[in-house]
Amino acid sequence: MKRGTASVTAEICRKFGNDRSRLMDIAIAVQERFGCVSHEAMEEIARAVGSHRVEVESLVSFYSFLSVKPQGKVVIRLCRDIVDWMKGYEAVAEAMSRELGVTMGETTPDGAITLTHTPCIGMSDQAPAALINGVVVTHLTPERGRQLIRDLRKHLDPQQLVTMVGDGNNEHPLVRSMVRNNIRMRGPVHFAPFDPGSGLRKALALAPAEVIRAIKDSRLRGRGGAGFPAGLKWEMAAGSPGERRYVLCNADEGEPGTFKDRVLLTECADQLLEGMAIAGYAVGSDTGIVYLRGEYRYLLAFLESRIEERRRKGLLGRDILGRKGFHFDIRVQLGAGAYICGEETALISSCEGFRGDPKNRPPFPPQQGYLGSPTIVNNVETLCCVSRILVEGSDWFASMGSSRTTGTKVLSISGDCRKPGVYEVPFGITPAELLEMSEAENTGTLLIGGPCRQMIGPDRLEGRICYDDLATGGAIVVFNRARNRLEIAEHYLDFFIEESCGHCTPCRVGLILLKDLVHKVIEGAGAPADLAEMRSLSNFIIRTSRCGLGQAAPNPVLGALEIFGDLSAGFVAERRPGLLPEFDLSKAVIDAELRVGRQSKYV
Amino acid sequence: MSRVTFTIDGKTVKAIRGQTILKAAEAAGIFIPRLCAYRDLTPHGSCRVCSVRVNGRIQAACVQTVAEGAVVESETPELQEFRRNLVDMLFVEGNHFCMFCEKSGFCELQALAYRFGIAAPRYRYLNPKRDIDLSHPDVYIDHNRCILCGRCVRASQDMDRKNVFQFVGRGSRKRLQVNGDSLSETDLKATDEAVSVCPVGALMRKRVGYEVPVGQRRYDGQPIGEDIETREDK
Ligand code: SF4
Ligand code: SF4
Ligand code: FES
Repeated sequence: MKRGTASVTAEICRKFGNDRSRLMDIAIAVQERFGCVSHEAMEEIARAVGSHRVEVESLVSFYSFLSVKPQGKVVIRLCRDIVDWMKGYEAVAEAMSRELGVTMGETTPDGAITLTHTPCIGMSDQAPAALINGVVVTHLTPERGRQLIRDLRKHLDPQQLVTMVGDGNNEHPLVRSMVRNNIRMRGPVHFAPFDPGSGLRKALALAPAEVIRAIKDSRLRGRGGAGFPAGLKWEMAAGSPGERRYVLCNADEGEPGTFKDRVLLTECADQLLEGMAIAGYAVGSDTGIVYLRGEYRYLLAFLESRIEERRRKGLLGRDILGRKGFHFDIRVQLGAGAYICGEETALISSCEGFRGDPKNRPPFPPQQGYLGSPTIVNNVETLCCVSRILVEGSDWFASMGSSRTTGTKVLSISGDCRKPGVYEVPFGITPAELLEMSEAENTGTLLIGGPCRQMIGPDRLEGRICYDDLATGGAIVVFNRARNRLEIAEHYLDFFIEESCGHCTPCRVGLILLKDLVHKVIEGAGAPADLAEMRSLSNFIIRTSRCGLGQAAPNPVLGALEIFGDLSAGFVAERRPGLLPEFDLSKAVIDAELRVGRQSKYV
Repeated sequence: MSRVTFTIDGKTVKAIRGQTILKAAEAAGIFIPRLCAYRDLTPHGSCRVCSVRVNGRIQAACVQTVAEGAVVESETPELQEFRRNLVDMLFVEGNHFCMFCEKSGFCELQALAYRFGIAAPRYRYLNPKRDIDLSHPDVYIDHNRCILCGRCVRASQDMDRKNVFQFVGRGSRKRLQVNGDSLSETDLKATDEAVSVCPVGALMRKRVGYEVPVGQRRYDGQPIGEDIETREDK
């Protein structure tokens, strides 16, 4: 280790109190300082926090933004979500890789720039987009990609690429980002003016149990997608034995095609932080953690300044709003590129300084969560709702939406439509209405709630967006009739294969085998039996996987099969018995030749 | 100790509250196939071979605790098919050549395959490129055969009070890693529990292979799980 490296690493560890549970922050800080977390740095970290090198490596190797091997000074992560792909990802990737003279995943020989790709970064409404050392660039074209590399070569400073800033708080000096909010429809819960402290004051006028009652009366359901009643979760946490309790905010929206939390974090930070404090008061917690996905680190300084400002105003910290004994403070925990951390137990593992492996349940987080204490994990949008409910009242909130799903929903709409962006709409709205608002035409397939939810065809456009019909965490991705549904499914399978934690067999291995089948059919080598096998393999993976990722990953495949109808004839055909359609003789010969290292005589 | 009563495949079983379904079944002489679970090690819930249906929902019996009145199904055609798939997938995920493997006859993966009547895998081999760590004088790791069950990880921590193993990487790139550049740099001893808990031929002691002749190995005479099913005291 170079002189100084050890001491810098040790200093970083000290900054986090040599605390084993802050391993994420330590690793991220070391990565930022040195461009990687080397084995030597791991030894030092392990020594400082009383762990083992292999444990540090276990964590570092789990997150895609952390790396054991050195990366370039500037790392370009091109977003490869399906929407980026529809809007020209391949041409941009090709142009950038030519300009740099390296292929995807490589670093230039001088060690300056790494070019790689990453799954959805939450910018589907301004795709193709990329993260450059955390700085977001949007609306890329091959020409802009090339220009950007020429500029970077000159100054190696991604911040200088931001020549135009977006709207709203994207202009804030601590954000200064070219990201645009694209708020297309403002509803009364999230996008109405909010006076900081107004919700908290109302909460403090009530007893904690009454606050929980108010949330229950509003019939607020978790906005992450599963729709668990928020009040019930709080009640469970408040009633579970434990010395301490924790309030965690899930700001890890990783579901491809979802970006509404990004806008809420930018424009409604106060409403969110206030919702956490209200939750803290209700369940008897003094500590909140915002788990911010690594992709949104450009919002970190801004969020921290908001927290600081709330401390100054007496809305966070000790004896909040003069209430003796009510202490509550918030820290932001940064993630480092792992979709699975949106799963609440994985999110907790990550906050504790471990790999983002989901935990076995029971116990559930409200019983035993962060550091073994009762914990509530609520989504950004849920916590924003909380503040508004306290201000406007439960009845007001419950009067909106559909019978069993109250309130409004913030949706992120992207894909084949003219007005991609964020829409706050009442629950119960139909897909047909959404398509009209977003000016989509000739729609063939609609993804409601991202790949982990459901893919529907034109026959279901009159359904309702709510937890009892078409449930969604926030993503609506529109595909026109020219798009191939199986290709969409394959794209998302690749995503899940990449993002699986690998803990359990059906998810780790099964998804690869499922992708094989899908690919085979797309290539035109499928037989009708393959469609049946796709169904049964999907069913197997859904039933036997341990967590939500594996239980959801085959959904796009099932969706594609269900709305296959007219297409299936073109994909699979009955073959003569005894013939293996996937066997390509000339390809097999080439493979064999490559293996033995010489050409076949008979070709 | 409070007790609960539930059923497995229609048979009434009494268990201690808080016990896992796997343990409760075992105590009652019912064998639920398993791979990553091992005696008192903290359950891992990763192989999913112990999947059972509990009140209609599929759960891993090694982590799920018993509940009063629960209806558990284990030997249904659906679950047998699922278990078969799982064992199959573990075979094709790595590189297994049983006929050349020291562990043959003692291997739990192989024994389960026999028990389920698997003659050949139904999935394609993934043929991963994996290496073998022979650096340690008395122990070696053949990653080709590791099924990522985590028994060694847990045994090293909980029984040996060391921390020799961890998993690194994620998804299909997940693999077993040791606390050092190679096994010889760790404080692993051949006598450590971590070595003896490996269900397959991945973590092996050197110079003891083939000591027991074919025909006399553990699973040559009786299928895996039969010891549980035929116990006298149940
Ligand atoms: S570890 Fe078991 S399954 Fe694998 S080759 Fe050896 S005997 Fe066969
Ligand atoms: S080495 Fe053996 S015990 Fe350890 S994870 Fe692999 S298969 Fe399991
Ligand atoms: S034995 Fe239960 S999941 Fe492996």
